[in-house]
Amino acid sequence: MTIDSKLVERIAKLSRISLTESEINNLSSELDNILNWIEQLSELDTEGINPVFSSFDEEETKYRTDEINDGGYREDIISNAPLTEDGFFLVPKVVD
Amino acid sequence: MAEFSNLSIKETISSLKNKDFSVSELVDFHITSMESGRELNAFITETSDIARKKAIDCDQSYLKGEEKPLEGIPLGIKDMFCTKGVKTTASSKMLENFIPPYESTVTQNLWNDGAILLGKLNNDEFAMGSSNETSFFGEVKNPWKNIKGNFTVPGGSSGGSAASVAAGMGLASLGTDTGGSIRQPASFTGTVGLKPTYGRCSRWGIIAFASSLDQAGPITKTVKDCALLLNSICSYDSKDSTSSQKKIPDFEKATDESIRGMKIGIPKEYEADGISKDIIEYIEKGKEWLIESGAEIIEISLPHIKYALPCYYIIAPAEASSNLARYDGVKFTHRVDAENIIDMYEETRSQGFGDEVKRRIMIGTYVLSSGYYDAYYLKAQKVRAMISKDFKEAFSKVDAIYGPSTPSTAFELGDKKKDPLEMYLNDVFTVPVNLAGLPAISVPVGLDRKNLPIGMQLIGNSFDEESILSIASCIEKSAKFDLNPNRWWINE
Repeated sequence: MTIDSKLVERIAKLSRISLTESEINNLSSELDNILNWIEQLSELDTEGINPVFSSFDEEETKYRTDEINDGGYREDIISNAPLTEDGFFLVPKVVD
Repeated sequence: MAEFSNLSIKETISSLKNKDFSVSELVDFHITSMESGRELNAFITETSDIARKKAIDCDQSYLKGEEKPLEGIPLGIKDMFCTKGVKTTASSKMLENFIPPYESTVTQNLWNDGAILLGKLNNDEFAMGSSNETSFFGEVKNPWKNIKGNFTVPGGSSGGSAASVAAGMGLASLGTDTGGSIRQPASFTGTVGLKPTYGRCSRWGIIAFASSLDQAGPITKTVKDCALLLNSICSYDSKDSTSSQKKIPDFEKATDESIRGMKIGIPKEYEADGISKDIIEYIEKGKEWLIESGAEIIEISLPHIKYALPCYYIIAPAEASSNLARYDGVKFTHRVDAENIIDMYEETRSQGFGDEVKRRIMIGTYVLSSGYYDAYYLKAQKVRAMISKDFKEAFSKVDAIYGPSTPSTAFELGDKKKDPLEMYLNDVFTVPVNLAGLPAISVPVGLDRKNLPIGMQLIGNSFDEESILSIASCIEKSAKFDLNPNRWWINE
């Protein structure tokens, strides 16, 4: 698997990060290196192994009751936003 | 004044009880240390005013005899922990002006026990790095220079946390550990660092990097101090769905327990790796100390451990790419204005994130993308299961696993910065522990011929921090590591 600049541009698009020409070049060789090194996992036979997504396996973990027990922090929540109006986050226009 | 900085938390508390000095005097001393150590760049935000104010209250508590377990102890906190009303940056331009409206659970636990916030500590950007060189606020210098007199890195990502403790700025600190970010810097700076079992401490209010691996933990001068802080920060928290409800033992007591009869495993796979000669010598020395203390050394095998690093570099970036999606220019301080929303997202993220963070988001996005998910992400989670099983089998035979914390001691600033992969390889001994969710501690044992600290790592079974604290305490007593770095950063 080789990571060329085309693929880097596609990943950047998915990541919502704009890159300069030189960043694209650097990243394609760096990611190529890293992913080739990661490739060594393919020598392991993982047939029939159940994947583990978290090491947390506590049996006593329970669902909490579905009820409102906190809230009312509107001002706090928007306090770090770059742009707000009437208690809402402001973003560039998305629909015409 | 000098006597303050040589005291452990335990000794400081008994001096405060004896009225040998006041909390205000202690705090003033640490503020002076912090200010005169600015060249180390360990702190991003100094909170001297908050500290002085709280010190007055703490002195009142001692006068009334109502002191809490950590009353008046000044601590530095890694800038990954949200502190209410105090700027929290994750060492990123993206959060340069972020002021959290809430407090993380672990820091709240410390303040409830009377501890004092001295300042917020530098780290690798979003905790991604092993040298503290990826921080938007600049690199941290290790208080330990090498024998050539050159600057070395303090390790990372909790580089500021480790450097501050080694330099006597604050009595201890809090770090986070996703792949070794507490233990590797502790090892590089001659301090003690512990990563608790996954679930032992609440992750609520810690800026998320890789949620299935992140844990908070202390960096201290002594093993006993480590236990004291651990007892304070652990708690069940309904705000973290992976917070454990298991009973929290008396960790301090564990540091006084004998290790006679304990079985300690040494993985045979460790020997093959490129470990420095001096570190190998200390592994042997440590083995002798353990045998002299009555422990039994057993060779074990962790056959899949060599796959832990590549496995980690799929899982951690995958989780990071998802966690860091929230930094989109809408909610958190940094935004680059643009005509349409997509350009706004892309420009904000392009300018707000540094190179290493971008690299990891890109890797994570790639391994999760359609067509590659099975080959990379799912494969890695299966390998993770195999690694966890290796540990499970090992812990059916032994009480703890012993070995080095890192393959080398602190490297020079700029040395590994150019090659990301070479930097990743530094975490070879620490990463497997996070994948399996186990507790581990790094304890300093001596200096190498470059005059730099060496740390040994003890890995415990799930929720058995007590055994590794007992063993680390025993190694600490045998090693008698009490060397302080020469304080070159203080100008006469």
